[in-house]
Amino acid sequence: MNSQTWRDAGKQTLPVMFGYLPLGAAFGIVAIEVGIPWYAAAAMSIIIYAGAGQFLATTLLAAGAGLTEVAVATMMLNSRHVFYGLSLLKRFQGAGWRKPYMIFALTDETYSLLTSQQAYTHALGFRVSLLNHLWWFSGTLIGIAVGSAQLFNSQGIEFALTALFIVLTLEQARRLKQALPFAIALATGLGAVLLLPDRHLLLGAIGSASLLLLAHYRHDQRREKRHAH
Amino acid sequence: MLTDPLWQLIMVCALATFATRVLPFVALSRQADHPLILHLGRYLPPAVMLILVIYALRDFTPLASDWQLNMGDNGLPLIVASLLVAGLHLWRRNALLSIVLGTASYMLMVQLSWAG
Repeated sequence: MNSQTWRDAGKQTLPVMFGYLPLGAAFGIVAIEVGIPWYAAAAMSIIIYAGAGQFLATTLLAAGAGLTEVAVATMMLNSRHVFYGLSLLKRFQGAGWRKPYMIFALTDETYSLLTSQQAYTHALGFRVSLLNHLWWFSGTLIGIAVGSAQLFNSQGIEFALTALFIVLTLEQARRLKQALPFAIALATGLGAVLLLPDRHLLLGAIGSASLLLLAHYRHDQRREKRHAH
Repeated sequence: MLTDPLWQLIMVCALATFATRVLPFVALSRQADHPLILHLGRYLPPAVMLILVIYALRDFTPLASDWQLNMGDNGLPLIVASLLVAGLHLWRRNALLSIVLGTASYMLMVQLSWAG
């Protein structure tokens, strides 16, 4: 039973592994290049554990930014995670001792896997979170050890994460059978690509999608009230 | 260690990241059954998933600067591989198969850079 859960988690995180190993390695390489000691780079992948956030941290470090600036910039960059938590409040209920870790480890990819699991259990969700974290950390260690020297030509392997998001979108569509969230995502996603600078793109799209869903909720409520009268 | 600027920066970065992840769980822990939260729990994940797809494809440029088809890593390989993933998945509905074949095709295309 237990080892079966590990196997399921391993299989689910495989696409993330293909993405996190090279991206983690890229972080390790960049960190060493800007002069961060290897043990600090490794520690960052354990205790910060945010892809874009860690690259930002190395840039800010190299630029000699102040701590307040670092705090504000990091929160701006990661504020989309607030919306992830909103949609997992229910699912994480009763997760007990695993819950703090699962909240800490909530990256884009882990969120995508956890919200797509039909047979979700806390044990499985915890293992998925832990394995993704492990792939990211291992990738960082590989980057630190190997440096810019190439082991094999892995150019393009990060596409695995794009493929994962495509597959999960199709799975969500199959389950929900409603166009609404996809129409909202198309509008806010394409709008953000056209209108917003790269660093605000995800927050802008996810934030405005949440607002539109809120408006839709209000609208539904009013309609139900009218029908009740 | 606490006075070392490098570790201070790492700790601030770690705390700021964790703060964004934990905020809803702390602020709304008693609202988990509120209909609005359930509404978001139902509709937000699919919306986020499609937004992440759009984000991943945002750099797609069909034409290179010389008006030739763009065969680089943000050109046709990106769209061909994405369509392959979607097509395979609609056909066989095997997540791992769609992802592995799609990624392999993308890697082949960008590494051989097709037209050269």
